[in-house]
Order: sequence, then C-alpha cells, then structure tokens
Amino acid sequence: MAENNRAVLKLKEKFAASILDVVEFRGEVTVTVAKDAIIDILSFLKLSLQYNQLTDLTAVDYLNKKTDRFMVVYQLLSIPNKDRLRIKTAVTESDCRIPTATQVWSTANWLEREVFDLFGIVFENHPDLRRILMTEDWVGYPLRKDYPLQGPDREPYKGRLS
Amino acid sequence: MGVDNPLGDNVITTSLDLLVNWSRKSSIWPMTFGLACCAIEMMATGASHNDLDRFGIIFRASPRQSDCIIIAGTVTKKMLPVIMTVYEQMPEPKYVIAMGACACSGGVFDTYSVVQGIDEALPVDVYIPGCPPRPEALLFGLMKLQDKIMKERNSFGAAIGLGERYIPEAA
Repeated sequence: MAENNRAVLKLKEKFAASILDVVEFRGEVTVTVAKDAIIDILSFLKLSLQYNQLTDLTAVDYLNKKTDRFMVVYQLLSIPNKDRLRIKTAVTESDCRIPTATQVWSTANWLEREVFDLFGIVFENHPDLRRILMTEDWVGYPLRKDYPLQGPDREPYKGRLS
Repeated sequence: MGVDNPLGDNVITTSLDLLVNWSRKSSIWPMTFGLACCAIEMMATGASHNDLDRFGIIFRASPRQSDCIIIAGTVTKKMLPVIMTVYEQMPEPKYVIAMGACACSGGVFDTYSVVQGIDEALPVDVYIPGCPPRPEALLFGLMKLQDKIMKERNSFGAAIGLGERYIPEAA
C-alpha cells in the first residue's frame, strides 16, 4: 500500500507539512505536494532515494473543475530500485509560476520548455525558457482548455450542418 | 510535278508551343519533399513497381533543378515558411501538386497548428484526393499535369521575354 511505500514514508518523515495527499491506484503511487517545497522534495528524492531519472514532466489544466487551475506532474523513475513515483503540485492561474527543476535533472530543461510553450506556466530560474514546439511568434498557449481548437482566428466548428 | 517531300525524311513541322510543351511535360522533375505518410506513397510511386522514370519524372534533391513540387502530406504552420522558401527557390515555370487530403484541405487535422490546404499559400495545379492516395492516383495526377502543360500557349515566348504565358482555364 502507498502508506508503506519506502519513499512515501521517508517523504512524510522529512516533509510532513508539505505532503498534501498520497494515493495509490493500480500500483502507481501519486504524492501531491505543496508548491513551496517542490524543489526540496525533488532534490531529496533524487539525492537520497535514488530517483535518478525524470521520465516526464507535464501539466494538466483543470479549467472550472478545481480551485487551482493547473497541476504540474513529475514522473520519476528510480533505476537502481526499479520503482516509479508520481509527484504532483498545484499551480494557480493568477500566480502561474513554479521553480525550475533543471538543477535537479537537466532533462527538465526541454520538458519545462514544452509545458511553458503549451500551458504558459513560467518556470522560474530556467536557463533558456523559450517556446520549443510552436513558432517563436505564436500567441497563446494551445493546450489550455480555453484555447480554441481551430485557432483564435477561425470560426469554431459547430457540427457538419453549420 | 508538285513538290515531293521537300523537307527530307528527318524533319517534322510543328508549332513551337507543341515542341516546348512536349519536352517540358516529358521531363517533369519534382522536388523531393515528403511531409507525412503521403511521402511513403510518393516514394512507392517512384520505385520500380510503378516507376515514375518511364514518364521522365525524376526526383531531384534541389529546388534549383526542379520544376514541380509535390506537397505530400500535412502542412503545419511551422513548416509553411520552409515550403514557401523551397517553392521560391524553384525556377520558372513551376507547378504545384497537392497530394492527399491534408495538402488539399487540411484533412482530418482541423486544428490551430495545421494549414487548411496548401492553396492558402501556393498556386496549386493538380489536387489529388485520398488519404493517402495510392500510387495510381499520384500517377494519374501527374498525367493530368502533363495534359495541363500541353495546353499552355506561348510558354517559350514568355521565357525569352515576348508576351505572357497563357494557360487555358481548366475544362
């Protein structure tokens, strides 16, 4: 169970105030943490608990569903322990910023650029925060739920009789 | 007696248009420019089974040596400037074939990042529907382009600065 997971136990021991939620679903452990402690927690996971690979870093837009609009998700893999862990942290729309994880895993560099490009979440102290997929002059963040699917300059499709 | 065979056995009379158009249509050199899955069908058309070489169609790897560009696949807004550059590097006269649903109309990609048909940016001569079109369809499209080239008038004169090239409206 998630409560007996070694990493979760150590995290609860060290960052008791910052662990908001622990969920296990089909063998996947997800830990929701506070944004203020995210870099301390990620550094601890890498340096002390051997989560040496960041397999993915992405975001979810919970438009009109949750008070905090965005959730940044870190998918971690510990190659020596053959164990995976998911860390999530909420980012509000009004303060759409989060510290960068590039000093923990350098692969976060491009992953954070992608999240910035498509969700508009600013990663503070990122070494090179530019758009990575869309053109440099693109306006808007296409993976946000309120971005029009067919682009802002087109009439939206309303079904085949429109 | 009348004049018997005044031009000998090895001379034909024809119009300049016919000669120039015939030589142009018999050596369409398309730019090698694959964008998506249509490019796989385009390669299959060029390979031995369908064999574009028998029409004098030889893929060139340089736009400077090409006179036709086959837009083979989905054109994203990010790729459009590249295609425009390649097109502008091609010498006149130049032709554009929109191959497949994406190049014709955007296809299933009715989204913010995809150009809804290459005809928003380039003058398309032949549209080939299909997703992707079979090699036979591409061959038919190229033969349609050959027919279109044969209907041109004064294309040589325009090339040496005499008058305008006249292209009849599609029937």
